[in-house]
Amino acid sequence: MTPPGIVIAGLGLRFAGESLFEDLNLTLPAGEFSVLLGPSGVGKTSLLRIIAGLEAPSAGQVCADDGAPLAGRVAYMAQQDLLLPWAEARENVMLGAALRGETRDRARAEALLHSVGLSHRLRALPATLSGGERQRVALARTLYENRPVVLMDEPFSALDAISRARIQDLAAELLGGRTVLLITHDPLEACRLGHHLWVLAGSPAALGPPLTVPGTPPRAPDDDAMLHRQGELLRRLTGLRPA
Amino acid sequence: MRPLVTLAGFLALWWGISAYGTIPPYMLPSPQAVGAALWTQRAYLAANAGVTLAEIGLGLAGGALLGALAALAVAASPLLQRWLLPVLVLSQAIPVFALAPLAVLWLGFGLASKVAMAMLVIFFPVTANFLDGLRRTEPGWLDLARTMNAKPLHVLLRLRLPAALPALASGLRVAAAVAPIGAILGEWVGASSGLGYVMLNANARIEPDLMFAALVLLMVIAISLYVGIDRILRRLLRWAPGG
Repeated sequence: MTPPGIVIAGLGLRFAGESLFEDLNLTLPAGEFSVLLGPSGVGKTSLLRIIAGLEAPSAGQVCADDGAPLAGRVAYMAQQDLLLPWAEARENVMLGAALRGETRDRARAEALLHSVGLSHRLRALPATLSGGERQRVALARTLYENRPVVLMDEPFSALDAISRARIQDLAAELLGGRTVLLITHDPLEACRLGHHLWVLAGSPAALGPPLTVPGTPPRAPDDDAMLHRQGELLRRLTGLRPA
Repeated sequence: MRPLVTLAGFLALWWGISAYGTIPPYMLPSPQAVGAALWTQRAYLAANAGVTLAEIGLGLAGGALLGALAALAVAASPLLQRWLLPVLVLSQAIPVFALAPLAVLWLGFGLASKVAMAMLVIFFPVTANFLDGLRRTEPGWLDLARTMNAKPLHVLLRLRLPAALPALASGLRVAAAVAPIGAILGEWVGASSGLGYVMLNANARIEPDLMFAALVLLMVIAISLYVGIDRILRRLLRWAPGG
């Protein structure tokens, strides 16, 4: 599973006569964590959904840089955990196999739940899990798909700061080596997890120059270079001037 | 506790009106007279209650099964949806009461015509509620299923169907409440046994205490049926908020 890079070329999306973005060009480097930030409503989720194949663009295209089609190589993690309330944690992890009519690999599902720290909750119904635990099940479900490309739409935004920091560590560790695009509103999350950061802003939305963060994710929350980047990012997002 | 208090209050009111009111006993027999009729005619009443119960049970099972299958078929096939759905909705414009003589004409005085009537009144609430549930699957789940390359049949059976079970349960509760109507209706049009037949017969022979005894039994059957089905559904759908 060599992850492909993703090339977004000349992408445009019009919605109800209004242009959300026009001629968007971006390459997500293979095997690395890219993070997309920007104000609400700017079109980040639409961009993610286009890459996931859930929406069609009005113009342009998204393709993998290895020439093979992207369809079937993308896993998607939404803001809500989207766990099925009637199914146990383990069944939720194997949802993809069930929906494709494949045999379910129970041992692998259990190993994945173990790796997200939920080996004691294999048979728990989602309603009995905390918000953090539910997102960890969703992460295990994403990993079960074993896709080289992973798209994440603010998956940790509803969690408290501590659960969020823990699941960020897990995500960085378990998704390492895949091509990941993460949407977030949290500059700290972006700088802890991302190799490359982009800010999407304006109307129609355009991408600012990329920001790279030195070091390997997950970066320590008190890493100086990381904190410096976080400040710079926050300035870009808010339009504040440097000190 | 509350239902018992309500029942006691109702009995006291009934007794008060029959003992001190001006309503003659051939219009409103006393609770004691009805109780006596229930006891002395117990074999006759039990045999006829058994017939009505069988009609209701078979009608409920058949109507619910057909209704659920129709909803699944319509949800699975856009073609069926275009052709069958308008027919289903239009069929509800025909008063079921008007069909009772037809059922007796075609299916005879026995069990079949009553089961058919019960199925007729049950079919639509089950189909309508279940279909509504099948069409309201959480869009996030369907998106997730698409990114997982899910097969439509598996999405229907493993995602949309379980998600629609609470809606099906609402339909079944309505069905449980209306099932006795169908059976009694059939008995009134033409029957040689059953509680509806007992009531008509007792009425013609001016035996109001026996007629009321049959009515009491019918109420007990209807209420037990509703409460029983409601309890079973609640237990089966523990994962659903509000059962």
